[in-house]
Amino acid sequence: MTLTEIRPGAVGGGPVAGRGPWQLAWRRIRTDKVAMVSGAVVVLLCALALAAPLIAAWTGHGPDEQFRDTGITAQGLPVPPNGEFWFGTDRLGRDLFVRVLYGARVSLLVGVVATGMAALVGVVVGLLAGYYGGAVDTLLSRLMDVVLSFPYLIFAIAVVSIAGPSLTATIGVIAFYSWAAIARVVRGQTLALKEREYVEAARSMGAGDLRIMFVDILPNLLAPVIVLTTLLVPAAIVFESTLSYLGLGIVPPTPSWGNLLSEAQGFYRVAYWYLGFPAATLLITTLAFNLLGDGIRDAIDPRMERLFSRRRRTRKGA
Amino acid sequence: MLLEVSNVVKHYPITAGALFKHVVGQVRAVDGVSFDLAAGETLGLVGETGCGKSTLARCLAGLHPVTSGSVRFDGTDITNLPRRRMRPYRRDIQVIFQDPYGSLNPRRRVGSIIADPLVIHRVMSGEQLRRTVQELMERVGLNPEHYNRFPAEFSGGQRQRIGVARALALRPRLIICDEPVSALDVSIQAQILNLLKDLQVEYGLTYLFIAHDLSVVRHISDRIAVMYLGKIVELGAADPVYDRPRHPYTNALLSATAVADPDEAQRRRRVVLTGDVPSPIDPPSGCRFHPRCPRAQDICSTEEPLLEGTEGTEGTAACHFPMEVVV
Amino acid sequence: MRAFLLRRALLGLLVLWLVTLGTFLLFYVAPSDPARTLAGRQATPEQVELIRHNLGLDRPILTQYLDYLGKLVHGDLGQSYFSGESVGKLLAADFPPTFSLVLGGAVLWFSLGVGAGVLSATRVRSLVDRGLTLLALAGVSMPTFVVGLLLLYFLFFQLTMAGVPVLPPDSYVPFSENPAEWARHLILPWVTLATVQAASYARLTRGSMLDVLGEDYIRTARAKGVPERSVIYRHGLRAALTPVVTQLGVDVGTLIGGVVVTESVFGLGGVGQAVVQAFISGDLPVIMGVVTLATTAVVVANLLVDVAYGLLDPRIRLS
Repeated sequence: MTLTEIRPGAVGGGPVAGRGPWQLAWRRIRTDKVAMVSGAVVVLLCALALAAPLIAAWTGHGPDEQFRDTGITAQGLPVPPNGEFWFGTDRLGRDLFVRVLYGARVSLLVGVVATGMAALVGVVVGLLAGYYGGAVDTLLSRLMDVVLSFPYLIFAIAVVSIAGPSLTATIGVIAFYSWAAIARVVRGQTLALKEREYVEAARSMGAGDLRIMFVDILPNLLAPVIVLTTLLVPAAIVFESTLSYLGLGIVPPTPSWGNLLSEAQGFYRVAYWYLGFPAATLLITTLAFNLLGDGIRDAIDPRMERLFSRRRRTRKGA
Repeated sequence: MLLEVSNVVKHYPITAGALFKHVVGQVRAVDGVSFDLAAGETLGLVGETGCGKSTLARCLAGLHPVTSGSVRFDGTDITNLPRRRMRPYRRDIQVIFQDPYGSLNPRRRVGSIIADPLVIHRVMSGEQLRRTVQELMERVGLNPEHYNRFPAEFSGGQRQRIGVARALALRPRLIICDEPVSALDVSIQAQILNLLKDLQVEYGLTYLFIAHDLSVVRHISDRIAVMYLGKIVELGAADPVYDRPRHPYTNALLSATAVADPDEAQRRRRVVLTGDVPSPIDPPSGCRFHPRCPRAQDICSTEEPLLEGTEGTEGTAACHFPMEVVV
Repeated sequence: MRAFLLRRALLGLLVLWLVTLGTFLLFYVAPSDPARTLAGRQATPEQVELIRHNLGLDRPILTQYLDYLGKLVHGDLGQSYFSGESVGKLLAADFPPTFSLVLGGAVLWFSLGVGAGVLSATRVRSLVDRGLTLLALAGVSMPTFVVGLLLLYFLFFQLTMAGVPVLPPDSYVPFSENPAEWARHLILPWVTLATVQAASYARLTRGSMLDVLGEDYIRTARAKGVPERSVIYRHGLRAALTPVVTQLGVDVGTLIGGVVVTESVFGLGGVGQAVVQAFISGDLPVIMGVVTLATTAVVVANLLVDVAYGLLDPRIRLS
């Protein structure tokens, strides 16, 4: 057979394993300085959070340890940042730096786990609704509408009044509120993708519904899902801090950025660092995730901005 | 007969109503089509966009349920079989799709796309599967080394070869080719057509070959069926239909195709059809072609002509006033 | 159009029903017992039973729910378990601070957000655009209460320390009492709400505006010599606002339930704080009242958005 129609570059030499869409995206994102820096910040934060016990041991300050001699002034106020306490101390004379690190463990865990669960549920529900259409779609779409229009803080308060504030309840509430946003996007994409000829080709070969959904449609959905998930992580972190601030999320003494800030509220006039350091850490984290998400989006498909600019919802207690 | 299609009808309901949906009309995409296909034969199915030929192909491939009529494959009725019972027949009936871009999943590697039918029907796996796929790639003229590439790295013609390899994987008996070359450059069309022809000889394949262009179909088909608005208007051996069309619509279609031979072109009068193709929701009465037909008379708008042969000819045409046979 | 709106309205009623039912059931799963709370620690079991009977809590859940629905149809939200006052009256008392907060905040964030979005979209990739985009991202990345606390720190505390006590710390002054003080006390809460929301509106407007400015009819308008100002504001912005207005409709819901945070940072005492209190004490009628009102507001807002769609964007015909 002739090889005339093979592009010159593809004949002979060349890598045998193809450059897939993911490799191309990776090449694009590597040239995006903002995204790379944001990615590095995210990685660094995760590393610091994981290493929190090591760092705590190295400073010699446990997360709940109260330093009544060095950590509290004569007036009983927190101590400003110094050589021993890098971020200063809190109202009980605990090392704020160590507590912020430990808070990162909780906040990042909540953000990642809740978003991961939401992504899983959202993808499955969105796929089912979009693929089967008809009554299944009507039912699931209504469910998404209800979830999205339910005043979420009221719901959070209700759940917490039943279950009591805890890590699990916090993750559950956030996941419950995030899946619908993902499901909506996935449903819309599935509706479009299931009409593609390659789906028809799969059916003509005798592929079952599950195979079509997960082998043929899902890989084409991954790009928007990854972007949306990256953007939902900071939203979840913000959500966690809001819940904790209201006393509905992570309960002290376990530190989370939300309850650190909540404690700081009464002290901001006398101890700027109490409010400042947790707030700055939180802002840097969420900003890095958001910038990274934007970068991934641009790298995967520059035209995808349209999809998200219209559908993205930020949830926060206004 | 390998495939017997009798009186197949496919209507799509049109619904309206905000609260309670009700059917307000039907799109008569395919409206009573019958033909037979012998093993090893190629039937060319020709018609303009929207005449129902692709819908028919999807009905025959079991992708859409038919409204009425029956499809028999190798003597067994396979009309609207439930998915589970249709499965064994899917091994024997494969489809090559029109769009070499749309019919290959952009996020999957070519090797896994071609292996799909073998995996779905659990024919083989592992090393044997990889070898078979590479043999298939080689057979259709692709470099087997490119097993791990993505569809986007191939040209249109190469992608259609991937589609052919995939359709061939299960060694089917019938391949429904839904306009397999209309999205390709003319120079590449011939290559794919030749490939299909070679494969037919090698594997004893039967083709239902759909196209909107008579000239493409001629070289590969034993017989040709011409469709207009959901019905077959002419059916006969390829050369007679091409050289001596009986139905005015076939004649018009033929005159619209470019002819390479200047003498031939001289002899042909170009027939220009007036008006648009009527809507399949509300097709014309009598002969569906009558509003656009240069030979139409009163009877054409009241009585529907049957698909039948006239004396001294081999093919059949659904026309009250078929074209005279010019000898 | 009428059939469309009718369908949306029926759907809204369905959502409302599901949400109230959900809240009701949720409450019954909850371990809190209002009768016990109300009776106090020293009460005998008989007293608790009596109170439970008086509140109607000893009836089957279904009866109680039907009773609630029956009253709701007549516009009656029931009485608080604790104060015995009508829920309607209680909420009416809590409503002014919440309403003032949302209204002023919405005006501020909508104008800031849309303004910044248009500015960005008309100067794509300029320094202004990049700066505003980063600012918007920072806004999206910050929890409301942090914004509030930072504003309090800089604009109230530091200013006051510097001898410029122009802005008060917190609390609410009714409009009827002193309009000037009302506004002065609400400036920081408004800015808090606006900062966070304006950010997402700026991003939304920018994206939507860029979409619209790329359309053929905009090019046609430019080609036939329509002044640039008119192209952007009369032709472009009108269509670009559609998704922004949709978002506004969606946000009404988030806001009604979610002003809680701003209210508690600034100690305004509104509906949000009332519902937190009600949940903690288990005051079901108040909770149901707030949920019903909030969901109704969401449903109505979404319906208004559907209507606004047709008015704003001539490309969309409701059918």
